[in-house]
Amino acid sequence: MKLMKSLLAATAIIALAAGAAQAKQLIYCSEASPKHFDPAMATGGNDFDASSRTIYNRLVEFKHGETAIEPGLADSWEISEDGLEYTFHLHPGTKFHTTDYFTPTRDLNADDVVFSFERQFKQDNPFNAYLADSQYEYYEAMAMPSYIKEVVKVDDLTVKIVLNTPNSPMLANLGMDFASIVSKEYADQLAASGNTADFAAKPIGTGPFQYVDYQLDSVIRYSAFPDYFKGKVALDDLIFAITPDTTARTQRLLAGECDIMSYPNPTDIASLKENPDLVVMDQAGLNIGYMSYNTTVAPTDDVEVRKALSMAINKPALVEALFGAGNAEPAKNLIPPTMWSYNTATPEQEYNPEKAKEILAAKGVTEIELWASDRARSYNPSFARSAEIIQQDWAAVGVKATINTVEWTQYRIDGAKSDRPGAFQIGWGGDNGDPDNFFAVLFGAAAIGTQNYSIWNNAEFEELIKQGVLETDPAKRAEIYTKAQEVMTREEPAFLMAHSTIYMPMSKKVIGYTMDPLAMHRFDNVDVAE
Amino acid sequence: MLRYIINRLALVIPTLIGITICSFGFVRLIPGDPILALSGERGVSAERYAALVTKYGFDRPIWEQYFRYIGQVIQGDFGDSLATHRPVIEEFFKLFPATVELAVFALIFAIVLGIPAGIFAAVKRGSWLDQGLMGTALVGYSMPIFWWGLLLIIFFSGYLGWTPVSGRIGLQYFFKPVTGFMLIDSLIAGKPDGFVSALRHLILPTIVLGTIPLAVIARQTRSAMLEVMGEDYVRTAKAKGLSGQRVIGLHALRNALIPVVTTIGLQIGVLMGGAILTETIFSWPGIGRWLVDSIYKRDYAVVQNGLLIVAVIVMLVNLIVDLLYAFINPRIRVQKS
Repeated sequence: MKLMKSLLAATAIIALAAGAAQAKQLIYCSEASPKHFDPAMATGGNDFDASSRTIYNRLVEFKHGETAIEPGLADSWEISEDGLEYTFHLHPGTKFHTTDYFTPTRDLNADDVVFSFERQFKQDNPFNAYLADSQYEYYEAMAMPSYIKEVVKVDDLTVKIVLNTPNSPMLANLGMDFASIVSKEYADQLAASGNTADFAAKPIGTGPFQYVDYQLDSVIRYSAFPDYFKGKVALDDLIFAITPDTTARTQRLLAGECDIMSYPNPTDIASLKENPDLVVMDQAGLNIGYMSYNTTVAPTDDVEVRKALSMAINKPALVEALFGAGNAEPAKNLIPPTMWSYNTATPEQEYNPEKAKEILAAKGVTEIELWASDRARSYNPSFARSAEIIQQDWAAVGVKATINTVEWTQYRIDGAKSDRPGAFQIGWGGDNGDPDNFFAVLFGAAAIGTQNYSIWNNAEFEELIKQGVLETDPAKRAEIYTKAQEVMTREEPAFLMAHSTIYMPMSKKVIGYTMDPLAMHRFDNVDVAE
Repeated sequence: MLRYIINRLALVIPTLIGITICSFGFVRLIPGDPILALSGERGVSAERYAALVTKYGFDRPIWEQYFRYIGQVIQGDFGDSLATHRPVIEEFFKLFPATVELAVFALIFAIVLGIPAGIFAAVKRGSWLDQGLMGTALVGYSMPIFWWGLLLIIFFSGYLGWTPVSGRIGLQYFFKPVTGFMLIDSLIAGKPDGFVSALRHLILPTIVLGTIPLAVIARQTRSAMLEVMGEDYVRTAKAKGLSGQRVIGLHALRNALIPVVTTIGLQIGVLMGGAILTETIFSWPGIGRWLVDSIYKRDYAVVQNGLLIVAVIVMLVNLIVDLLYAFINPRIRVQKS
């Protein structure tokens, strides 16, 4: 009996030890291979998931599941009264990753912050062009070169960003991936050894996970960073199993080869929800699918024609046919309802084919070009399908629409041309949760030739978005953008179609995952059940 | 023999030139702009776009771009990927072993099943077995790879749970690649269970990639066998009272295999083409998927150089097969020389 008890006790101890030793691992089936691991030069969501959100931190961070910011590497900050100086106080004792290819000798300091920004705009910085085709597209796209005058080290733990002009979205911009803070010490070491390209291949950051290995186009492995300044995360290992085919990704989740997957097929959502081993989380996406009318070319240069064309479309039916029931919300404003400054007073789009027919007949509109592309986007799963539905609605009011289908990259070139005729389907997913990132980027006069596919230049709207950037009081900013939405509703530069829902299916053993409105996939707050 | 080899090698040069023209031209015929494709949703400013066009030389006349490309290739410079900034040749050789591993298994699968199927069909000509085998071969040949792959995944991996869905090895196995061949590397790393896992991951992609070559080999073997079995020497062998097995195995098959060997050589190209789709479906990190991704990204450097390297390899393999063929069959050698 004694022997039996001893054996049982020994077994229990071994079992406990084995349980304790078992690493907590999360396998994420991602949709594409990362270009590299330098977030300042990346442009794709999958690049950011693999680099900035796992390996790096920023001065400020977006709160989980929100677009509001919270302290990141900076514990606190002050903004000067004139809005031109942002002073950040860095978290003391923040460690960089220690790996088999780099051992830091010091903690994060202001030099790293200065270096992280200067390499993106100072051409004499050795890491400005360390790869053959170095491009800092997001830094430029967010107009940082025109806003940032200099980044100054005040002391080891204080850094100041000086602007040329006030820019209210600046803090939100600093939470974006391009603003990730890298190690200057590591960069210097690579420069000295002549291996600068390793900066993008073997990353070193301060983030919750540290890079272990990347097998090209196959698997990325990370381990939890034990000295993470916010405390070690619950997971021990994080694996990205790169699985580009959506069906294969879904099957891997069903087979238990992955714990969580990105971008499921909308058609699979219902069956995934029925699976007792899975949870399907959803969230209104920070996106908009719309159709830009060229406001400078007849017949859509006439606001009454634009309004009549929109009025002829049965928007709820279109959205349901395109996305499936419950997978998207018909849009009435450019920004989604989850974003601050959303104008709830905007009336629903009127659906009145008879009235539309009268107006269009009176204006002599019988033909129009309707643009579609071959690529599925989260804000529009099929441009071709939506074009066909709109074509039918317009045919019912006596307007013959010719669908012009163009390959995706060429599509955007053609769409941005000022003499492009007709209605052009497009959309957008927000970068930083700031309304400016929708209004100015998509309909500002400065975006004519690039993203302003309506070629719309409205003086009142321009003044409002200019004020929106300069104003620092959030309540006043909200008021400004509410007015901007009124102008858009009145002028109808585009038919606003839908805000799509984003889904994230996962195993029930995944605990604490938060859907992100900016479509980021973050695993620092995730745990797995034993 | 030497003259034959020289003649065959002389053909390589114009073929290579043809391949460079095709690989350079085809990627440019695809609608789309490489700079915009790489700049993501956000697009790129007009100034930046103009600067990049100049930087990559896309503003030069097409013939000038071609000769610049040829000049670089001659110097062994295959350029850097526009998307990842890594050297094309480095990426190619990281991914190539995965494709070779899959292609070898698919070819073995096709040969091991295809030749016996062809023999049985020929021997039982006109029977239900012949009709069944050749009918199946025709279906296999006609089946779209993408559909076939997804069907197998959904049934065997999803429904029955017998095989892994995709990838090369279970994600719990982690070791640094030495040869790039997962089966060999797992053994080098001392992980026999990893070897089993890698083998299980090969099952479905092997079947999918090997289906078309299997059908072709089976049909070729059948027709070659039928031709040979009508020959006088086979009739003589039968008249001498040799057993059916000896007549087929020793006399007929050996001669019938000559055209089959050529067919097998030609399947290398088919396997490379098929690998593009198979690797995409099964998340198999080989050059097929790499090329598809690069086509979507309009990564000219990868597409034109990757295609060139693949074409050269296929050509070399076919050359070796031809030389072996000539070596095995002296009549061909004499005729050709």
